[in-house]
Amino acid sequence: MPKQIPPEYYQCLEELQAIDFVLVELNLYLNTHPHDFEAIKQFNETAQRSMQLKVEFEKRFGPLMHFGRSYSNYPWNIDDSPWPWQV
Amino acid sequence: MYYYEKKLQYPVRVSTCNPMLAKFLIEQYGGADGELAAALRYMNQRYTIPDKVIGVLNDIATEELSHLEMIATMVYKLTKDATPEQMKAAGLGDHYVNHDRALFYHNASGVPWTASYIQAKGDPIADLYEDIAAEEKARATYQWIIDLSDDPDLNDGLKFLREREIVHSLRFREAVEILKEEQGKKRFF
Amino acid sequence: MSSQYKYWKPFVGPFDPCKPIRVKSYATPPQLYITFQPVGLQQFETPHQALMHGTLWPQLYSPYPDPIKGGTSSA
Ligand SMILES: [Fe+2]
Repeated sequence: MPKQIPPEYYQCLEELQAIDFVLVELNLYLNTHPHDFEAIKQFNETAQRSMQLKVEFEKRFGPLMHFGRSYSNYPWNIDDSPWPWQV
Repeated sequence: MYYYEKKLQYPVRVSTCNPMLAKFLIEQYGGADGELAAALRYMNQRYTIPDKVIGVLNDIATEELSHLEMIATMVYKLTKDATPEQMKAAGLGDHYVNHDRALFYHNASGVPWTASYIQAKGDPIADLYEDIAAEEKARATYQWIIDLSDDPDLNDGLKFLREREIVHSLRFREAVEILKEEQGKKRFF
Repeated sequence: MSSQYKYWKPFVGPFDPCKPIRVKSYATPPQLYITFQPVGLQQFETPHQALMHGTLWPQLYSPYPDPIKGGTSSA
């Protein structure tokens, strides 16, 4: 019996994607602008926000990362469906 | 090393079962200017580029891998549960014969991916100019796919990917400026 | 900001079989004019807006297709 994806999953996921996208952009920018103090501050603050969001997301929808970057429930749920291309 | 995170970079949607669009899109999966070629090109060049710009190559290569996953997701969704008849009607009969609905690293005409799509000259300027050209070609390919597609949800994701090529192109252009060692004197355009 | 599309009128021959496209265009997106991104460029207001545009900075955003399609002006 395939499990149902709760509708708020998509909203929470998109919030996470948005925060992490800001991090990608700032990271690429800082690679060529290593002395932009304000951007580094924003990067570090955004990284902290992303970590908070991930803790909340994982509590509700399961682990995001493998190889010990997220915690597993019992039974093992690191490899649970759905995968990103399935949602 | 690499860690996998179970999420796409951008929310990918497609509106209809449309194997014809999958056939066009596979160009950005296993084509000369596709995401696989981009990721492998930059990942490989990073070893011999001056330290000041290794990060640019490393991080753009990594982002390209997440774009490869987005393209794969689009192709997968466009062909999932398509009937053999639908595949055939979309020009994917020969694909179906060889692969069923499996994805494969080939271009829109079915030519398999080859390492000769990418370069590593070892000369930092030559390599970065190649990378800038690759980004512009990928941008153009996204344009032509958007022109052929009537799927608004798919196009939304493709416009995101096109915009990313623009940002990557700018970062590679900046890397060239850094290697020229003149950007301290002429920081603004 | 520089215009994102340029227009040109190709020669139309008397025996061209396809219906002629009188005005053609090509993209000239913002990275061509920036060379090195200045510090402190204005950002999109929310992370969600940035994600939807594919960039954090409005000045790097490039629309496609051309919003003034088949354009009569080169803006
Ligand atoms: Fe790219």
